[in-house]
Amino acid sequence: MSRTVTLTVDGHEVALPEGSTLLEAARAVGVEVPTLCYLETLTPVNVCRICVVEVEGSRTLVPACSRVAEPGMVVRTGSARVRRARRMVLELLGSAVHLDLAPEVASWMEEYGAEPGRWGTPPAPEPRVDNDLYVRDYGRCILCYKCVEACGVDAQWTFAIAVAGRGDEAHISTEYDVDLPESACVFCGNCIAVCPTGALMAKSEWDLRQAGRWTPETQHTTTTVCSYCGVGCNLELWVQDGRVVKVTSPLDHDVTRGNLCIKGRFGYTYLHDLPEGYLTPIDHLLSRF
Amino acid sequence: MDIRFMEVKATEAERAALDPVVEAPSTSPRLVVGGRTARSRRHLLLPALWALQTGVGWVSRGGLDEICRRLEIPPAEAYAVASFYDLISLEERPERTVRICDDVVCRMAGAEDRLADLAARLGPEGEAWERSSCLGRCDRRSAAFVQEVGSAGRSVAPFDPAWLDRPPEPTPVVAAGPLTERIGHADPTDLDAYRAAGGYRALRAAVAMGPDAVIREVKDSGLVGRGGAAFPTGVKWEAVAGSPRRPHYLICNADESEPGTFKDRVLIEGDPYALVEAMTIAGYATGCERGYVYVRGEYPEALAALGHAVDTCRRRGLLGDDVMGAGFAFDIEIRRGAGAYICGEETALIASIEGHRGEPRAKPPFPTTHGLFGKPTVVNNVETLMNVLRIVDEGGLSYAEHGEGRSRGTKLFAVSGAVAEPGVVEVPFGATIGDVISAAGGPSEPLAAVLVGGAAGSFVGPDDLDVPLTFEGMASVGGALGSGAVVAVGRSSDVEDLVRRIARFFREESCGQCVPCREGTRRQEEALAAGRFDLLDDLAAVMGDASICGLGQTASSAVRSGIALGLLGGES
Ligand SMILES: Cc1cc2nc3c(=O)[nH]c(=O)nc-3n(C[C@H](O)[C@H](O)[C@H](O)COP(=O)(O)O)c2cc1C
Ligand code: SF4
Ligand code: SF4
Ligand code: FES
Repeated sequence: MSRTVTLTVDGHEVALPEGSTLLEAARAVGVEVPTLCYLETLTPVNVCRICVVEVEGSRTLVPACSRVAEPGMVVRTGSARVRRARRMVLELLGSAVHLDLAPEVASWMEEYGAEPGRWGTPPAPEPRVDNDLYVRDYGRCILCYKCVEACGVDAQWTFAIAVAGRGDEAHISTEYDVDLPESACVFCGNCIAVCPTGALMAKSEWDLRQAGRWTPETQHTTTTVCSYCGVGCNLELWVQDGRVVKVTSPLDHDVTRGNLCIKGRFGYTYLHDLPEGYLTPIDHLLSRF
Repeated sequence: MDIRFMEVKATEAERAALDPVVEAPSTSPRLVVGGRTARSRRHLLLPALWALQTGVGWVSRGGLDEICRRLEIPPAEAYAVASFYDLISLEERPERTVRICDDVVCRMAGAEDRLADLAARLGPEGEAWERSSCLGRCDRRSAAFVQEVGSAGRSVAPFDPAWLDRPPEPTPVVAAGPLTERIGHADPTDLDAYRAAGGYRALRAAVAMGPDAVIREVKDSGLVGRGGAAFPTGVKWEAVAGSPRRPHYLICNADESEPGTFKDRVLIEGDPYALVEAMTIAGYATGCERGYVYVRGEYPEALAALGHAVDTCRRRGLLGDDVMGAGFAFDIEIRRGAGAYICGEETALIASIEGHRGEPRAKPPFPTTHGLFGKPTVVNNVETLMNVLRIVDEGGLSYAEHGEGRSRGTKLFAVSGAVAEPGVVEVPFGATIGDVISAAGGPSEPLAAVLVGGAAGSFVGPDDLDVPLTFEGMASVGGALGSGAVVAVGRSSDVEDLVRRIARFFREESCGQCVPCREGTRRQEEALAAGRFDLLDDLAAVMGDASICGLGQTASSAVRSGIALGLLGGES
C-alpha cells in the first residue's frame, strides 16, 4: 500500500498518495489551477509557468503541475504574487503569439486582468502548408513541448520534430527545417491532438476556417471504433454538413490515450466516396457500427 | 525505435573527422551493432559535433546524418542539439571566423569603435566576423576568439585585426594567495615542477586519512561553493558519498561564461595539475571513479593545458585504475562546451554532457540524487575544488579561521574595468570592494559604480566601497558575490549602454525553455531601449519568481540596481 502525504492548499488540509503533484492536491480540494504545457498523458516539462503557486519557505514560486507534494507543505494558489506571475505569463504569451484559438485563455486573461497589448501585438501568423493532412502555424506556438513529446517517447516514438535554436530563437523544427513530407513524420497527427493553441491543425479544419465555413455550432460528434485494424481505437468523428471534418480520440480512452495512426485520423474520406444513399445522413450509417 | 535518416551522404573528410570520436558502424554482415549500445553513446553527440566543426568547419546535412547513423540519434534531435550552440555552425562559412567581444568591459574600452573599424576592413558582420559576449579576457580590455578549420581555435587578447596569430597575453595574478601562488612561477606543463612545489602532498594526506575524514575536514572548513550558489561543499559531498546508488559521478564546472569573470581560466591555465589533484581527492572522498571537466568552448588554451595535465597524470599512474598504487580508481574526461552560457547551470551542464540541449530542469531533485545519467553527482566549480587541496593539507579547522559566517578561506576575484592593473586578486574573505580594487592598482579614474558578480550580479555605488566582499556583506546591500567578477565602472562610461548590453546578454543566452525568461528577457531589452522603465517591475517580478533557473531569476538584478543607483535616465 502506498503511503500518503498530508499538506495544506489554500487552508484546506488534504491527504494524497506519495508522489502526487501540487496540481493534483489543488484539484483534490476543488481549487482550479490553470495549465498550458501540462497534459495527463505527457511527461510534465513545466515550461509555461502559468500553473505557479506559492509554497511557504520557497524562495521562488513553484510549478504546481510537476512539483511533488511534501508532507506539511503550505501551498497558496491565489496570492498576489501568484496572480501577478500568472498575469504576466499571459501578457508575455499573448503579446508574442495569437491565442484566439486556445480555449480557456480568454477567460484567464479576464480573470487575471492581463493586458498583453501594452507589450505590442504579435506578428501576423505564417501558416506553413507543406502537406495535405495538417497545417503548422507557429505564429500560434507557445513552445509548450507537447507536440515534441507526442512525436517522441510519450506516444509515437518517431522523433520528427524537436525544439531547435536557443533563447528567443527557439522554435519547433524538423532537421534543417525540411518540410514534413521530407522528414521522419508519419502523419499520425498525434501532435495536433495535444496542441493547446491551434498552432497545429488538421488541413480539413484549416481549409474550412480559411473559407469562413468552420461552424462549431452546427457540428456534432459521433463516437465509433476504427475499422482499419483490430486494435480497437475509439474515434470521435466531428461532423459538419453531413461530412466528417476532423477525427480525434478521447484522451481518457485506455487504448489510445488520445493517440491514433494516420489511417484512423485521416483515412475517413472513403466515407464521403461511398455510393449515393449510403452516406445520407451520415449518422444513419454510423449508427449501424 | 526505427529511425528515419536523411538521404544525404557524408564526405570522406567528414567521415575521417568523426572516426577518432565515434567509430563507423561495423560493416560485417554477421555483427549487429546499434540498439542499446549505440543509444547509450548519446553522450558522444557534442564531441562528434565538435569533431566536424574543427575538422571541416561546419556541420552539413551529410555530416549530421553520419553522426545520427553512428550514434542512432534521430536527425531532428541532433539538429536541435547542434542549433543550441553558438560555436557549432549549421551553415557553411569562411575557413576562419573571428568572434569579437563587445561585452561590458571591452565595451567600456571602446569595442564599438573597433568593430566599426573592423567592418571597414574585414567586411560585413555575420560572415568573417561576429560579435561575442564576454570572452573571459577582460583584463586585456579587448578580446577575440578565432575559429579556424583544423584547429581548436585560439584567443586573441588584446585584440587587433593584425594580431590574429599572436598568442594572448597572460592574465596577471595581481595579488596572490594560497590558491594562486604557483601561477606564473611553476611551469604549468611540468608535473615534476608541480610536485616540487608541493603538488600531490594533499592527495597522499587524503589517502592516509580515508574518505570519511576528508569529508569531515571539508565540512569543518566551512567551504561553500564558488560557482555562485554558495552551497556548503562538505554537505554536497556527504550526500553523494553516502548514496547507495552507483556509480557516482564528479563534474568540475569550468564553463565560466559570466561577463567579467576569468578566474577559473587563470587557475586552469596556470595550475592545471592542481585541478587534477583536487578532482582526484574529490573523487576519492565521494566514491566517484569518473570525473568530467566541462570547459568553456572559448577557452582553447585552458583546454590544452588541462588535456596535457590529464594525459601526463594518466601516464604517471596518478589517474587510472589504481591511482598512486593506493588501491582506488579515478579518471578524468574533458568535455568541451560549445558556446552557451546557460550550460554553466548545473542541470543544463549535465544535459549537455548527456548529448541533449542545455536546458536546465526544475530542482528538486538535485544532482546529488539525480545527476549525470541519473546517478548521484557532485558538481563543483573549479575554484571550489582547488580550495580542497589546502583544506586537506592544513586541516579544515585551520582553514575556517580565515573569514567569518559562510565566508571562509580566501576568495578569487576577477578585477577589470577602470582599474590600473586588471587581473586576478586573491584575498582572505573580509576584504572590501575598495581593498580589492586597490589590490588591482586602484581606480584609473573616478568611479561611477562597481558591477559585482557579472551580468547576473548588481551595481553598487562608489559610497559602498567599504562593503566587505563576503556572501553576507554583498547580501547586506542587496547584491550577491556571484561569480567573483568585480568590474569598476568609471565616470566616463555610459552606464545605460552597459545595462542595455547586459539585457541583450540575457535575451541571447536564455535557453528559451520557459516563458518568463524567454519572453521576459526580450521585453526587458525592448523596454530599456524605449526608456519605458515603468514596465520593468512587472518583468522583474515574473522573471524572478516564475523562471525555472537562476538565469531568468537574476536577469533583472543588474538592470534594477542600475536604476536604483540613479545611473540610468529614461522616462518613468
Ligand atoms: C545561468 C547560470 C550559469 C552558471 N554558470 C556557472 C559557471 O560558469 N561556473 C560555475 O561553477 N557555476 C555556474 N553556475 C552555478 C552552478 O549551477 C552550480 O551551482 C555550481 O557549479 C556548483 O558548484 P559549487 O557548489 O562549487 O559552486 C551557474 C548557474 C546559473 C544559474
Ligand atoms: S506547436 Fe502546439 S503543441 Fe507544439 S509546442 Fe507549439 S503550441 Fe505546443
Ligand atoms: S530561466 Fe531562462 S535559462 Fe533558465 S530554464 Fe527558463 S528559459 Fe531557460
Ligand atoms: S502547466 Fe505547469 S508549467 Fe505549464
